[in-house]
Amino acid sequence: MFRPRSIQSSLSIKDKILSIDYILVISIFILGLTSILAMYSTDGGELKYHTKSHVLRFFVFFIMFLILSFIQIRFWHSQSYLIYILFFILLLGVKYFGLTSSGSKRWLDLYFMNLQPSELMKIGLILFLAKYYHRTSIENLNRVRYLFLPIVVLVAPIILVATQPDLGTALLIAAGGLTVAWLAGVRVKFFTISGLASLALLPIAISFLKPYQKSRILTFLNPERDPLGAGYQIIQSKIAIGSGGLFGKGFLQGSQSYLDYLPEKHTDFIFTLFSEEFGFFGSLFILFLYAIIVWRIIKIGNVTRSNFGKLFCYGFGTAFFIYVVVNMMMVLGLLPIVGSPLPIMSYGGSSMMAIMLGLGIVMSCKVYKDTPVN
Amino acid sequence: MLSPSSGNTVIKSKLIGRRMFLLTAAKAIVTFGIIGRLVSLQINERSKYKTLSDKNRFREWKLAPERGVIRDFFDKEIASNKQVYQVHLIPENSKDIEKLFVRLKTILNITEKKLFYLKRVIAKQKPWEPIIVSDNITWSEFSRLNLFLHELEGVKPIVSVARMYPDNSSAHILGYVSQVSAKDLQTKKYLKDLHVPGMSIGKTGLERKLDEEIIGKIGFQRYEVNAYGKRIKQILINEGQAGKSFKTTLDFEVQKFTSELVKDKAAAVCVMDVYNGDIVSLVSSPTFKPNEFVHGLDKTYWNSLIKNEMRPLTNKAIAGLYPPGSTIKTLVALSALENGVIKPLDTFKCEGKIELYGEKFHCWEKDGHGIVNLRKGIQRSCDVYFYEVARKLGVDRISETAKKFGLGKKVLNGFIEERAGVVPNTKWKKKFIGQNWYLGETLHSGIGQGYFQSTPLQLCLMTAQIANGGFEIKPRIIFDKKNNNLREYIKYKNENPNDPLPTDLLVSNFELKPLFKNQEHINLIKDAMFSSSNEPGGTSYRHRWENKKFTFAGKTGSSQIKRFTQAQREAEVKQESLPYKDRDHALFVAYAPYNDPKYAISVLVEHGGSGGKTAAPIAKKVIKKVLERHELRKRIDSLLGEQV
Repeated sequence: MFRPRSIQSSLSIKDKILSIDYILVISIFILGLTSILAMYSTDGGELKYHTKSHVLRFFVFFIMFLILSFIQIRFWHSQSYLIYILFFILLLGVKYFGLTSSGSKRWLDLYFMNLQPSELMKIGLILFLAKYYHRTSIENLNRVRYLFLPIVVLVAPIILVATQPDLGTALLIAAGGLTVAWLAGVRVKFFTISGLASLALLPIAISFLKPYQKSRILTFLNPERDPLGAGYQIIQSKIAIGSGGLFGKGFLQGSQSYLDYLPEKHTDFIFTLFSEEFGFFGSLFILFLYAIIVWRIIKIGNVTRSNFGKLFCYGFGTAFFIYVVVNMMMVLGLLPIVGSPLPIMSYGGSSMMAIMLGLGIVMSCKVYKDTPVN
Repeated sequence: MLSPSSGNTVIKSKLIGRRMFLLTAAKAIVTFGIIGRLVSLQINERSKYKTLSDKNRFREWKLAPERGVIRDFFDKEIASNKQVYQVHLIPENSKDIEKLFVRLKTILNITEKKLFYLKRVIAKQKPWEPIIVSDNITWSEFSRLNLFLHELEGVKPIVSVARMYPDNSSAHILGYVSQVSAKDLQTKKYLKDLHVPGMSIGKTGLERKLDEEIIGKIGFQRYEVNAYGKRIKQILINEGQAGKSFKTTLDFEVQKFTSELVKDKAAAVCVMDVYNGDIVSLVSSPTFKPNEFVHGLDKTYWNSLIKNEMRPLTNKAIAGLYPPGSTIKTLVALSALENGVIKPLDTFKCEGKIELYGEKFHCWEKDGHGIVNLRKGIQRSCDVYFYEVARKLGVDRISETAKKFGLGKKVLNGFIEERAGVVPNTKWKKKFIGQNWYLGETLHSGIGQGYFQSTPLQLCLMTAQIANGGFEIKPRIIFDKKNNNLREYIKYKNENPNDPLPTDLLVSNFELKPLFKNQEHINLIKDAMFSSSNEPGGTSYRHRWENKKFTFAGKTGSSQIKRFTQAQREAEVKQESLPYKDRDHALFVAYAPYNDPKYAISVLVEHGGSGGKTAAPIAKKVIKKVLERHELRKRIDSLLGEQV
């Protein structure tokens, strides 16, 4: 298609603002407000530390998301590898300078916040692979030689994260990367082969698992195995959600969370709390918001012209969906407790930052949908 | 500008689009899966999870109910409750339990042993369950504790109620309460839903018999608790229900009087209303301090109780078994009359002993009583006379009469310590000893020795049933307002002395059960008992009351522990010179006043020697006390509607 370069670069500010996907922005904003409500409830109906800092983070990163939306898509494309390398260096930094909390080393102390680079790596990997597969021609795509680099950039951060140890995030990083590779057209047989290979490596991997991780998997298979130990979280979460019923116990009335039966209610189990207080309809409402967000992200992928944009939007949209679904299935007792936050809802700056970064890039794909990246 | 690879790019974006479509389909499926799970949890199973959530939220603490009180006939509390000060501790509320105990030790008097025990209990139970550090501290300790309470996190001063016995005189019949034991929980069904830490239950006596009703209904406090068990707020409180209180037939004044009278002896005294079986007094001596059992027993006190050879813990009145001795002669004589074996004026000659198949049977009077008829036999308690009567009568007929009058079976209901005793006969011996009956044993039975075993209460009942004209009565200790048929009958008889109805028809109209064939025989026995107490030569003549108001008719008895050897007999060894353990038990039964019997009494003094010397003087004093209080008792009776 012919398009003079001058038109692209001469998009007026007004055009740019008008081309933003407002449905997406509004959905994210509503979700953000909902998450503030939920956070307020975890603080027992008082404006305390968690709520305040969540509000601050949400607005800071929401504004960051809006600003990032106007950054040229070409910038993201050209700097992809660099961004990945930056995140990777941060991950390495965690290994040597990281903060240890409850047995795992995940954070870097940046004075104003504790950064969790593994969250950023979720986006970094998608970005890297989107660019990589954008540049790889369809003929070369399935040549073994061209598979080498993606495997390296996928496996290296996963090993770093898994040994923090943070199995959940490692798996979610992998999910995002694999999605992009598959969308780009890498043959299913490679996935099958690598799948079988990892299955063969599973016993070795299991020997590396910490006892608490093993017990979580066993507990998932049978939560009543140890109702006061590892199974406690799943059981209490199911009780909280189930006892919410159709309409919930009411705002600030969730006895399970109010009385501390719910573990990690600020982070991984925020959906449980919301579900207990607002019931089945509340849960559907959250699910509905997430569905809209994912739908809009995919839709942007559809309209953006570059394959880099498409791959990023599809990849991020799918990864976003996976984050949501894994978290929900986890609290609903359908998956083992692996420790994955619910995007935007959960308390946590790095996760919020990573999600907003991803959304910013998506929105930039929308604003500059017709701009070729190279 | 056309990109050279634009065709390639388009193919690629088509591939990407196709694969994205597949992914979207997969997403839809997963989303519906999640919705399905939400439906199942929040709609289908919501009531199950609601219950589980409430179970999480609420926790209940049980509250011990207040035990009912036991009163005597005049509504005086003989087992009451008093306020006690206690120290409870909820371990989870204390930050440092070791430090807390160190601090507590400076305030309260806690021994190392107790501390060790408390720590063991804490380790065993849930951290939110309260434990009782001390269940009875003094007021000064309690106020000191409250003063330092701010330093004692987790400690709760509690004002509670505990059992208190105002006096030791009724310790045996009332029994005592003490902490629930593991065995109690196993064996007593009613305790199943009732167990509260620190609760006391009745262990013996009335406390045990009435336990199920007197203990009350348990209360509870329902709290909302958080995941760590900390109480957030009280949701509900149910005070429970204090136990039922009981009124007994006992007279506390008589109890105290009698108990004081026999305090140095191993003795038992029973007093019974001859018409309705009301037990007015039931004392066993030496007594013990039931209050000591309420708050955990002191070891040295316990040792002093179990080492005492007078067995203070045994209720001798219902759990002590003694040969009835000569007191049984009343029944042997009655049995002989009823069975037509002898006539009242038939005589035997007593020469101090008789010989049977080469064995000598001695009368207590070495020189013999001479010519003896029934009245004199009872009056002087002539053994030879009763050897002869028993020989003619046979043991089986003696046993039949004795059983009819309440010997050989439990008299009261629900006292686990009560014993039945033995009324021997040929069948009994075959069954329990496996031998045939010997005639010599019949002679021993005729004077209440040998295999015969009875409790003082049984002897009291026997006497009461003779005194009331030979009608069966049921002894009772819990007051209850039943009409008194026997008194009505007697009243009717006095008002209509010439009623043409034969006695047996008459008594059945009053639903009475006579224990005689001919009431004249009963009167003969009563008269003989009168002579024994009030005519010169009677075995208790020395201890009679001249005053008509108190005149009683009785029968002495001494039950032998050890057979006298021939040497002792010849040396005329006195009971007093024997070792304590070898002396006879002294017995005395009586009814009073003679002309209008109201009460029956039995007195037993373990190793007291002769009944006439030791037991009769006690009975004499008790009879006076009881009769002096009769008017009072009668007034209460009529107030309560019992017809006299």
